[in-house]
Amino acid sequence: MNAQPIVSIAGVSKRFGAIVAVDGVDLDIRRGELFALLGGSGCGKTTLLRMIAGFETPDTGRILIDGQDMAGVPPHRRPVNMMFQSYALFPHMDVAENVAYGLRREGLPAGEIARRVGEALDQVRLADHGKRRPAQLSGGQRQRVALARALIKRPKLLLLDEPLAALDRKLREGTRFELVRLQEQLGLTFVMVTHDQEEAMSMAGRLAVMNEGRIVQVGTPHEVYEHPRSRFVADFIGIANILPVEGGRAWLALRPEKIALFAARPNTDRAEQGRIVDVAYEGDRSLYRVGLVDGSMILVSTANVAREPREPWPRGQEVWLGWANDAGQRLNE
Amino acid sequence: MVGRARFALTVLAFGYAFLYLPIALVILYSFNESRLVTVWAGFSTKWWSALFANEAMLRAAWLSLRIALVSATVAAVIGLAAGYVLARVPRFFGRTLFGSLVIAPMVMPEVVMGISMLLLFVVSDQLVSWPNRGFLTIAIAHITFSIAFVAVVVQARLADFDRSLEEAAMDLGATPWTTFRTITLPLIAPAVGSGWLLAFTLSLDDLILTQFVAGAQSETLPMRVYSSVRLGVDPQINALATIIVAVAACALIFSGWLTRRKA
Repeated sequence: MNAQPIVSIAGVSKRFGAIVAVDGVDLDIRRGELFALLGGSGCGKTTLLRMIAGFETPDTGRILIDGQDMAGVPPHRRPVNMMFQSYALFPHMDVAENVAYGLRREGLPAGEIARRVGEALDQVRLADHGKRRPAQLSGGQRQRVALARALIKRPKLLLLDEPLAALDRKLREGTRFELVRLQEQLGLTFVMVTHDQEEAMSMAGRLAVMNEGRIVQVGTPHEVYEHPRSRFVADFIGIANILPVEGGRAWLALRPEKIALFAARPNTDRAEQGRIVDVAYEGDRSLYRVGLVDGSMILVSTANVAREPREPWPRGQEVWLGWANDAGQRLNE
Repeated sequence: MVGRARFALTVLAFGYAFLYLPIALVILYSFNESRLVTVWAGFSTKWWSALFANEAMLRAAWLSLRIALVSATVAAVIGLAAGYVLARVPRFFGRTLFGSLVIAPMVMPEVVMGISMLLLFVVSDQLVSWPNRGFLTIAIAHITFSIAFVAVVVQARLADFDRSLEEAAMDLGATPWTTFRTITLPLIAPAVGSGWLLAFTLSLDDLILTQFVAGAQSETLPMRVYSSVRLGVDPQINALATIIVAVAACALIFSGWLTRRKA
């Protein structure tokens, strides 16, 4: 395994007129990982991806792919391929022609192109759809054609711009696993842009959280969720209670599932008394809004592991909240 | 409700009648026995025979057809380039001026264009003895004003073109030129095609501009028709008009079929 990062981004900035889209980003992406760029709309994640692909030029900084400086290298000479959010399938070509497009540009013999297109369509389970036009396919099929087309040149790096955003919910769940399986099977590096934190958490080996053109935290999903480094990250990834501690000089980010509900004062490190204000019953879990004595609100979630005859903590009920000292992440900001 | 529907139908009937009754009459009277256009004297194809024996008319038609083919094709190529630049290059020196200059021939009175082109050709003829007024000068004049129409159609089509298709092509290893050839051009071909048809029609029936730049020997179809009408119409003109209507209808059906096939 080569220890050199497949992508190395150093001091990259990009502005469009008065807007700074990407602001001094440093990032290394390791060979063979599934990396996610996560952030809200306008955070610069797509611009960063487009700079790796070569569709945008950085104003400052350098991007190295496999050790090579990409400055001045046009998109068609970069060892990367991209799957577009809209899929960008060529409407005037059939599925097989779409998939073959990249190989045709290399001038390979027709026989080899046909063989590899057949393999690629097999891989995405569209072997008998080669003669269809993109307009005749369902959303999920289109997504798989786009994937086959982007993978057929065996790129060192596959960029995926919101790969699941255009699919409906049921299909999205299945496709997540399929993408991860494919990435592991091929041993390729995937860099994925998404605004969906659940998607990034469940698929990525590592992820970068972006805000206002900067990377605010990089880590495994576990690190980013359990050890957020800022209030922004704590708030953006999942749900967090942000409690003032040490007389307001610092904050504690406390996840709702790290807090337990008790009928009487519990024997935990910390305990607070309150009253259930709201209940959101979601089937597998319930989310409670609890009003504390001092007037602040805390979110608590419990997994509904037992089949209770009725909602165990109804609205208006007096409760005690308890959590351990190390249940939350201390934030200085 | 019924009264309203009847009113709408009546309006529709009058509208169609206003547009197509004259054309129907022209076609009908091309088969008239009488020399008088307004009197029906029985069926005959003699005016059709006369038309096909009328060498001056046929020569004029052939010249017009050649000019229209050449000028529409050249205008389609140049107009495609102009429309592409206007749609795709956001900033370059003189962009606003360039945009206005491309569109200008659409709004410029033909008389003005005719005079200026005639002056150009006369001066050029005096200085370098080129071009001879005739086929070439008429074609150049027609190209000049047809470019605008092609450019506008192409620019409009490119304005709502999904750029990510071109990016995907480049991402898959296509050079900018290959991308244009394999992705952009096939997808905007219907627009270029209708631009070509527009240029072809404009060239075929242009009279004013052509009269300024045509030489003494070259006479296009509209010029020939116009001068023969001044000497008194005979139903040959009706036969000719019938042919033109038929050709135009075929072109319309063909372009409709082309767009539907693309979509």
